[in-house]
Amino acid sequence: MKKEFFEISKLLKKNSKVLDVGCGDGELMKYITENITENVRGLEISKNNIQKCIAKGLTVIEGDAEKDLRQFPNSSYDFVILSQTLQAFLDPENVINELLRVGKKAIVSIPNFGHWRVRLNLLFKGQMPITENLPNEWYNTPNLHMCTIRDFVNFCNKKKIKIDCPNLFYVNLFSELGIFIIEK
Amino acid sequence: MNKIDKVKKIIVEKPLKLDCGKTIKDFPLAYETYGKLNDRKDNAILVFHALTGDQFASGTNPITNKEGWWNYALGPGKAIDTNKFFVICANVIGGCMGSYGPSNIGDNGKPLGTNFPVITINDMVNAQYNILDFFKINKLFSVIGGSMGGMQVLQFVSNFPEKSHTAIPIACTASHSAQNIALNELGRQSIMADHNWMDGFYVENKKVPDKGLAVARMAAHITYLSKKGLQEKFGRKLQERDDLKFGFDADFQIESYLRYQGSVFVDRFDANSYLYITRAMDYFDLTKQFNGNLSKAFEKTNSKFFVISFTSDWLYPTSENRDIVIALNSISKDVGFIEITSDKGHDSFLLDVPDFLSAVKNFLETSYQKLK
Repeated sequence: MKKEFFEISKLLKKNSKVLDVGCGDGELMKYITENITENVRGLEISKNNIQKCIAKGLTVIEGDAEKDLRQFPNSSYDFVILSQTLQAFLDPENVINELLRVGKKAIVSIPNFGHWRVRLNLLFKGQMPITENLPNEWYNTPNLHMCTIRDFVNFCNKKKIKIDCPNLFYVNLFSELGIFIIEK
Repeated sequence: MNKIDKVKKIIVEKPLKLDCGKTIKDFPLAYETYGKLNDRKDNAILVFHALTGDQFASGTNPITNKEGWWNYALGPGKAIDTNKFFVICANVIGGCMGSYGPSNIGDNGKPLGTNFPVITINDMVNAQYNILDFFKINKLFSVIGGSMGGMQVLQFVSNFPEKSHTAIPIACTASHSAQNIALNELGRQSIMADHNWMDGFYVENKKVPDKGLAVARMAAHITYLSKKGLQEKFGRKLQERDDLKFGFDADFQIESYLRYQGSVFVDRFDANSYLYITRAMDYFDLTKQFNGNLSKAFEKTNSKFFVISFTSDWLYPTSENRDIVIALNSISKDVGFIEITSDKGHDSFLLDVPDFLSAVKNFLETSYQKLK
């Protein structure tokens, strides 16, 4: 399993209610179900992935996070997880608002565009960076709104969303991935 | 129809008050079972059939000698695996395969015809509930059905919220749409316009409104397919001829196909049953039963739902299936949902659509493992 998923799982409380938005093939959901809480649901856009989730015995709804989060009531989940897809939405701000409406807390992970390797790539090659977390070319990347960890922290501060990120300068330079718990 | 007298049936002695106000009792409910009920009695699945289905969901239908209507999905090793599950399927009341319906004999010794009461999906489900008592099953493992069968799934869970661990409504709706009422009305008018219908008393007059029923079936059959499916299967291909004949014979394969579908249907289905069952579908509005709030229908249940729709189904489109998901989600019920990609239209749930079949199989089997 991806290391990121262990880190996300560590942030969850036992027996809490969890919604995994963009749950993919259900790898994270399965781990959470087996180790932390059985009360896990997923929202996923890919039919192929949903079939894989069903085969794992997971409860998943086919849908698009940009419009189908609307059907979930306010504060109906203890945690709503959004793993590495925020930058791919047309309207990430709206998605964040929806996560924070549906979940008492949201766990968001973002590929960090401020990582030193990304910075060097752009500085010396003069090309859009391609790294492990950002494997696509500029013309076929699903990522519409790339941001750095600092950008994301600034965004939260501006929108009065609670976020905790000590040592921001180092984190922004040396982390390829940022994982945050945010709440209103 | 002596063969029909031999199908398995229970006689429901308990009075059942119908939505129309009438009460029926001592009425027959025909059923068939597949697989074995285990000692814990926790592996029973109740399958609800659609408009023109019957209790013979799998194997060979002993009345028609045709394959069961859900042979692709139901049987040993299949999506609904009868090596693991005990499957019960009952003929709906209003039907013509042994359950209480318009061809039953009334007090005057003649077939009921249109003296049969108008029934609803609610009545059908309440009648079928008796099958649980008969098999002494306290709680079903699942209720499942497509189309009108899906409507029965929704009504069943609403009426008996603690009686099934899981529920799988497929290609259905919580509220029959204007378009679907219109299409059903077309079929009914076609039957009633047939001189041989005789206000519904054709049996005693030794007539059969087969022309009207065949046209009803032909029209309905088109609605079960998709435009793309029809085009790919038939296109403009001609039927056993090299050129157009400049007449009204079946020049095109699609015409011939529909005529065939109509003609075989009248051999196995009763025209009055068609009227009554389509009426029951039209009256179905679970949302209205709960004063416009569909969520209320599911408030008391802890069943695990799995809603399935098909991309090319324009009769019960994804949007209507999704409304069910939204109603369940808005009260935080356990609901999964997938729209299966298929060109086969509404009929997809009856056909060999591997993604659909594997989704059902995986859902049932993983859910059953969790139960144990």
